[in-house]
Amino acid sequence: MKTLHGNWKYFCWIGFVFVPGGDVFAAKIAELSNTQIGEQLVRFFSLRDPSVRYAIIASLLLGTCCGLLGSFIVVRKLALMGDTLSHAVLPGVALGFLWTMTKNPMAIFIGATIAGLVGTVVVHWIHTTTHIKEDSAMGLVLSGFYAIGICIFTMIQHLPTGNKAGLDKFMFGQAAALSTIDLIMIAVITTISTLLILLFYKEFLVTSFDYGFANSIGMPARFFHYLLMLLLAFSVVVALQAVGIVLVSAMLITPATTAYLLTDRMHRMLIYSSLFGMLAGVSGAFFSYLGNSLPTGPFMVVAASGLFTIALLFGNRHGIIPRWFRHADRTRRIQIENTLKAVYQIRERTQFKEDGVSLQQLGGQRNLPLVETAKEVKKLLKERYATIPKDKGGHFQQNLKLYLTPSGWENACRIVRNHRLWELYLTESAHYQPDHVHDDAEEIEHVLGEETVRQLERNLNFPIFDPHGKPIPSIIDLGESV
Amino acid sequence: MSPENSIPLEIHDLTVAYHKKPVLYGVDMEVPAGKLVGIIGPNGAGKSTLIKSIMGLVPPSSGWVKIFGETYRKNAKRVGYVPQRESVDWDFPVNVMDVVLMGRFGHIGLFKRPGRKDREIAMACLEKVHMAPYAKRQISNLSGGQQQRVFLARALAQESDLYFLDEPFAGVDAATESAIIEILTELRDRGKTLLVVHHDLTTAKSYFDMLLLLNMRKVNFGPTEKVYTYDKLQKTYGGRLTILSEIAETRTKQSSDIPLEK
Repeated sequence: MKTLHGNWKYFCWIGFVFVPGGDVFAAKIAELSNTQIGEQLVRFFSLRDPSVRYAIIASLLLGTCCGLLGSFIVVRKLALMGDTLSHAVLPGVALGFLWTMTKNPMAIFIGATIAGLVGTVVVHWIHTTTHIKEDSAMGLVLSGFYAIGICIFTMIQHLPTGNKAGLDKFMFGQAAALSTIDLIMIAVITTISTLLILLFYKEFLVTSFDYGFANSIGMPARFFHYLLMLLLAFSVVVALQAVGIVLVSAMLITPATTAYLLTDRMHRMLIYSSLFGMLAGVSGAFFSYLGNSLPTGPFMVVAASGLFTIALLFGNRHGIIPRWFRHADRTRRIQIENTLKAVYQIRERTQFKEDGVSLQQLGGQRNLPLVETAKEVKKLLKERYATIPKDKGGHFQQNLKLYLTPSGWENACRIVRNHRLWELYLTESAHYQPDHVHDDAEEIEHVLGEETVRQLERNLNFPIFDPHGKPIPSIIDLGESV
Repeated sequence: MSPENSIPLEIHDLTVAYHKKPVLYGVDMEVPAGKLVGIIGPNGAGKSTLIKSIMGLVPPSSGWVKIFGETYRKNAKRVGYVPQRESVDWDFPVNVMDVVLMGRFGHIGLFKRPGRKDREIAMACLEKVHMAPYAKRQISNLSGGQQQRVFLARALAQESDLYFLDEPFAGVDAATESAIIEILTELRDRGKTLLVVHHDLTTAKSYFDMLLLLNMRKVNFGPTEKVYTYDKLQKTYGGRLTILSEIAETRTKQSSDIPLEK
C-alpha cells in the first residue's frame, strides 16, 4: 500500500515542480561536479554564511526534536501515523498560502497544524465508527489529504498574483532557505517538546508501554497520547521547510529505529535517536550546500538511512554481521568438539591403550573424506588441543598420528561426559527410549554449561554408565593426561 | 484515608456496551474486605470487561462503581492491576526493574522520578516473586511465566488494598501458578481484597474464597462452597442466554440501520 502511494505522489510532484524548474535543476546538478569539495567543506563548517548557520542550527534542533518524539512514535507503533500526519498537512500549507498570498510562516504554520490535526481526527473517527481498520484509515487520509493539497498547489502555480517563490521548498525541503522566523519556530517547538518529554518522561513511558495500566493508576493516558500527537503535529509542521513534506516522517522514524536496534532501554534510545537525528540533519544540510542548494530532505534521509544500514549490519545486539560471526564461531567450536569426541571414541575402543589416532581412523569415525579430516585436524593443532610429532628432519612422519594435549583430552572428556549425561538424563528422568536419545544429545552436548552439568550429576546421583552401558568419563578422567 | 468499615468494591447496575452492543447487563455486587474472589464464566462472558469498566478503562453505559466508598479516580492509588500479559509489547525497550518501578508511579508526584526507596520496594517485590536475579534483564528475554511474575511484582509494588488480576494463570507453568496463588493468599491474609479473572473450573474451587459466576450478567456471587454447585455452573456455562443475546443483536442492528425515533 505504501509503495503505491509513494509512486503516484512522486509523479504528481514531478508534474508540478520539475516542469517549471527543470532547467534550473539540471544546471545545479552540473555545478555539483565543478565544485571544490574541500573548499566547500571549510566554508560550510566555518559557518561564514548566515544561511549555513541557520541550516546547521535548524538541523541540530530538528534532529533532537524528531529523534525524541520519533522514539515514542516507534515504540507506540505509530510510525505510519507520522507519515499520515506529514502528508495531511499539505492542504493546510496551501490554504495558509492562499490566505495571505505570501509565504507567511505564521499563516502556513497555523494552516498546516489545523490540517494535520483534522487528518488525525478523521483517522480516529473512521476507525472507531466503522469496521475499517486503522492502517486503511491512515492510508485513506494520507492519500486523500495529500491529493487535495496537490490540487490546490497546482492551482496556485497557475495564479497570476502572489509571491510564489520558495513554495516548492515545502516538498523536499531547503534548510538554507530558512528565515529567522522559521528558525525561531523550530527552536520554540524543539524546546517545548524536549522539556515536556523530560518533565513527563515517566508518564510518556508508562502510557506507551501499558496504556491500560497507566489509566488504572489514575494517569490521564489519553491526555498524554493527544499531547504526543500535538507535539508531533507541531514538529512536522516546523520541519517542513527544512526537510519537506514527502520525507519528514523519515526523520521521525529512521533515527529512532536505528536507536531501537542498538539499545533496549528507553532513555538511551531517546539519546541515541536524537544524536542520529542531529547527525543526519547536519549531513543533509551539508550535502545540500555542497550541491548548491539541492533539496535538503532527501540528503538528510539518505544519511539517516545510511546510519540505519550501518546499525543493521554492525550493531552489536541485532547486527547481521556480528550475528554471522557469532554463528561462524559457534559452528567452528562445535566442529572442534566433535573431532575431539571422535578421538575419544577411537581411543575408547582400544581401552585407551593406543594414544595416537591416525587421520584414516578419525575420518572414519567422523564420517568425513580425508581432505576434510585434515582441515579439522588443523583446527585442533591451531587451538593446541593436539600435536603431530615430526621426525628428526622436521617432516611429518610417514604414517602420521595425532596425539591430544592435556587440554585437548580434557575437552574431549568433557564433551563425551556432557553427551552421555544428557542421554542418561533423557532416559532416566524424561523416560525416553535409549535408542531415541543420541541425536538430541549430539546437539545439547555443545551447549550444556558447567552449572547444568553439576545439576545433572546431582539429579542422576553421580552416574558411572550411560544408557548404552558405556562408562561416562569421570572428573578424574578429566584431569588425566595422555 | 477512609473509614475502616468501608466496602472495597461496590458495583451498582453496571451495564457496558461495545459499539452499542451490550456485553454486560446490570451487574450488582458488594465485595467484602479480605477476600480472594474468582470471576468465572465462559469465553465472551464479559469477565475482563467487568474489571476494565470498574477501572474506567471501558466506559460503562449505565450504573456506578465505588472503591472504598469513593469514585475510582479518587482512590486509584488504593487499586493494583495486573492486565493480561498479551496486552503489552514485550519488545518494548525496558528492563524488568523499569517495569516493576512503574508500580510506584501512582505514588510518585508529577515531574518526579522514582527514588531510592522506590527502587528498594521494587527490588523487594521482585524477590517475592523470585525474579530478583532478572532485574536487569530486558523483558523480551523472559518466558511467559516470568513475564507474569514481573507483572505481579509491579502490582505488589503498588502497595494497594484492592487488586484486579486479569487471567494471571493463563499460559504459565505449574511452578509459577502455585507461586502466584501463594502470594495472592498471603495478600488476602493481610486483609487485601483480590478479584481474579479465571477460566479453569477445576482449580477455582480450591483457590478462591468467593466466586462471581458471570455470563453477560451476574449469575451468582457468594462464598465458593455455596456458589460452586452443579446447577449454578450449568446456568453459567450451559446453553447460551438466547433471548438476552438475541435482543442485544436486534438492538445493535436497529441502532445502526434504522433510527430509533421514526
